[in-house]
Amino acid sequence: MFSLSRKDLAALAVFAAVVLTMPIWLAPFGAAYPGLMQKFAIYAIFAIGFNILFGLTGYLSFGHAAFLGVGSYTTVWSFKLLSMDIGPAMLFAIIVSGVFALLIGYFSLRRTGIYFSILTLAFAQMSYSLAYSVLTPITNGETGLLLARDDPRHLDALFGAQATAAGLPQPTLFGMSVTGYTGFYLCAVILIIAFYLSQKIFASPFGMALRGIKSNQTRMNYTGFNTRPYMLAAFVISGMFAGLAGALLSITDPLAGAERMKWTESGNVVLMTILGGVGTLFGPVIGAWLIKYFENIFSAINTNMLNGLFSFLPDGVQTFVVTVLSKFVGEGWHLTLGLMFVLIVVFLPGGLVEGFHRLMVRLKRQKATPDGVTSVQPAE
Amino acid sequence: MTNFRTNRRGLLKGAGAGIVALSTPHIFTKGAWAQNFCNDPTSGKIVFGFNVPQTGSYAEEGLEQLKAYELAVKHINGEGDGGLLNTLKPAALKGNGVLGRKVEYVTGDTQTNTDAARDGARRMIERDKAIMVTGSVTSGEAIAQQSLCQEMGVIYMSGLTHSNDTTGKDKRRYGFRHFFNAYQSGVAIAPFLAKEYGTDRRAYHLTADYTWGWTQEESIKNATEALGWETVATVRTPLGLGDYSQYLTPVLNSGADVLILNHYGHDMVNSLPQAVQFGLRERQANGKNFEIVVPMFSELMAVGAGEAVKGIIGTSNWQWSLDDEGTKAFTKSYGEAYGQPPSQSAHTGYVQAILYADAVERAGTFYPPEVIKALEGFEFDGMGNGRTVYRDTDHQCFKEVLVVRGNENPSSRFDVLNVIGRTPREDVTYDASIFGGELGPYEPNKC
Repeated sequence: MFSLSRKDLAALAVFAAVVLTMPIWLAPFGAAYPGLMQKFAIYAIFAIGFNILFGLTGYLSFGHAAFLGVGSYTTVWSFKLLSMDIGPAMLFAIIVSGVFALLIGYFSLRRTGIYFSILTLAFAQMSYSLAYSVLTPITNGETGLLLARDDPRHLDALFGAQATAAGLPQPTLFGMSVTGYTGFYLCAVILIIAFYLSQKIFASPFGMALRGIKSNQTRMNYTGFNTRPYMLAAFVISGMFAGLAGALLSITDPLAGAERMKWTESGNVVLMTILGGVGTLFGPVIGAWLIKYFENIFSAINTNMLNGLFSFLPDGVQTFVVTVLSKFVGEGWHLTLGLMFVLIVVFLPGGLVEGFHRLMVRLKRQKATPDGVTSVQPAE
Repeated sequence: MTNFRTNRRGLLKGAGAGIVALSTPHIFTKGAWAQNFCNDPTSGKIVFGFNVPQTGSYAEEGLEQLKAYELAVKHINGEGDGGLLNTLKPAALKGNGVLGRKVEYVTGDTQTNTDAARDGARRMIERDKAIMVTGSVTSGEAIAQQSLCQEMGVIYMSGLTHSNDTTGKDKRRYGFRHFFNAYQSGVAIAPFLAKEYGTDRRAYHLTADYTWGWTQEESIKNATEALGWETVATVRTPLGLGDYSQYLTPVLNSGADVLILNHYGHDMVNSLPQAVQFGLRERQANGKNFEIVVPMFSELMAVGAGEAVKGIIGTSNWQWSLDDEGTKAFTKSYGEAYGQPPSQSAHTGYVQAILYADAVERAGTFYPPEVIKALEGFEFDGMGNGRTVYRDTDHQCFKEVLVVRGNENPSSRFDVLNVIGRTPREDVTYDASIFGGELGPYEPNKC
């Protein structure tokens, strides 16, 4: 049941190694601090989940951030009402976002194509507006849901584990605090598990059925195959992944705000998946990392830093280079990201993963040409 | 051929090895983080983190604030004309950096969004080793960063934040606010409303739907009801809305004769001109002239709202045209550096950076509890607001509050507000316990 094909096992091993050594290989990029690495892991989970729906079935959900938000809110409420332990918090976040996905999926999946996208977008925007208006007692509106010292925390109180230390309680895993690097490794391990799950789904008959739906749903129906339960299952699973990501966001930083449900967030996960490569295992993860990197590192570069970086150039040239580049960093990071997105979609429709494959093929061909006698012959 | 299939035993072995591998880097990194306190700069650089909205609905005020922070760093390091370092009394800063060491800074964009604000603050603390984080234009941002900084054990000097919650319900030991708050606005503006518009009025509130809007609505409601005004309705509007017509139409037939706009930044720049275009100010209601009040506004908003702001009464934290030494010095340095007079957003940011640096100088250490104690109860003058105290029980600054009115005949693009009253510090001082909340411990977390 837990077995993987040899190729998948190798991929999983490589993936785990890459994720766990993040603090080392991210250091030269200025991104090796726990806050960002946690975000890398969390948004990768979000994108992996999204890819199960979009990559396998081709249904473009434009409202996935709603599940992220629901997961976050559930987690903070679990911290407030039940326990500061992250176990129940994650469990509830996954269940609640799953139920929520079931509800939205049930209605949205009655339509396909652009209508499906618009329906999911409508539901997500509705949740977002509700979080801002009617539901403010639950969501605390724009301010965001915060922990307070005098929250009831019934489970903790039951076991007499009420925090006695001064200040706000912190989320714990069996009494171990999950901030900083501990928080990162927690997210990393969960990311690896999520990746493994997505590998299993990709390789399963269920995954095959989903691919069938993507290539030709009508034909699937004509062969007597009821596609709706499969679609709904894929939608709920991907909603649960998003809920889990939302839970981790609130675990590493116990605050939930409505802007997590905004359509820009939903758009972001679509960008991540497309940037990396739709329907591939690694693609969404790479896309998520790239976008988060831009958002956090590129947006923080200011003219001062640029001046320092280009101080080796002669004076006039330095000013010129800095003036030009400063439009693309800092507040202009959206511009850089947009340009990159356009280039990738135009030249590499399969995302960065396709680029990587092309590169590999080219390298192989170069190696192969000297003794390329046994070239492929067309069949007769 | 080797068999690559895993059996249970192999899996267990692998898992064991994985756990060992996992815990190794953790042991090493833990050592790196074990300092006396978070980002102890004994051997590193002194880094301030300036986290302000550079995009989003409050971007304009955020960019102003950022410029002021850059100016503050120059002055602390002894460059430029020294600005308010010369007028601050008592001052410990000597213009040679902090504790004799030069200050550097990093910047971040909060995108007018609490998540992004916290991401930015974490980057500054975890990667850039900032010893202090400062900056905000919304109370949402300020409260989010403040609670994060408390967890990390890094002092947070909030920028522009006017909600009562920042130093009330959500106050933190590591958070400090120089800016005034909604409660003080209410106290300061009430006598002027009574004088101008009488004590028999019916008010309709439009309120930005977040912590600041809620507390301002509450404070202004309490203050005006104490005058004898009646509150007809309080309506919440989402933040960042462009078109307010759907909210303005009901005002016409509500029986109200005063519209109170609890909006700030872009919201007010949109809602006020739209209200004026609706003809509200030419209207008669209940036999009186219909009036609009914007309880809190700034010169940037006044510039943005243009003609509509003329004659409108509100409150302000500070105004560049005041004639005390501090204000003159700051307006001069800022004007020379950037070619225009500073806004109150710039002023509060600048003052916060200087006050932190000064507190470190007085404490003689960067150790946060000592710096906090140096700030708590600190009585100072010469920063443009007259005699000011940082109250120890809630980390709120108490100083004069200005009542301003949109200038009918502006002499320049920046001459948009007239100061019509200065409510003394004693009148706007309140009991810290009315808002509840708890400051939390002094002892820093080791981030």
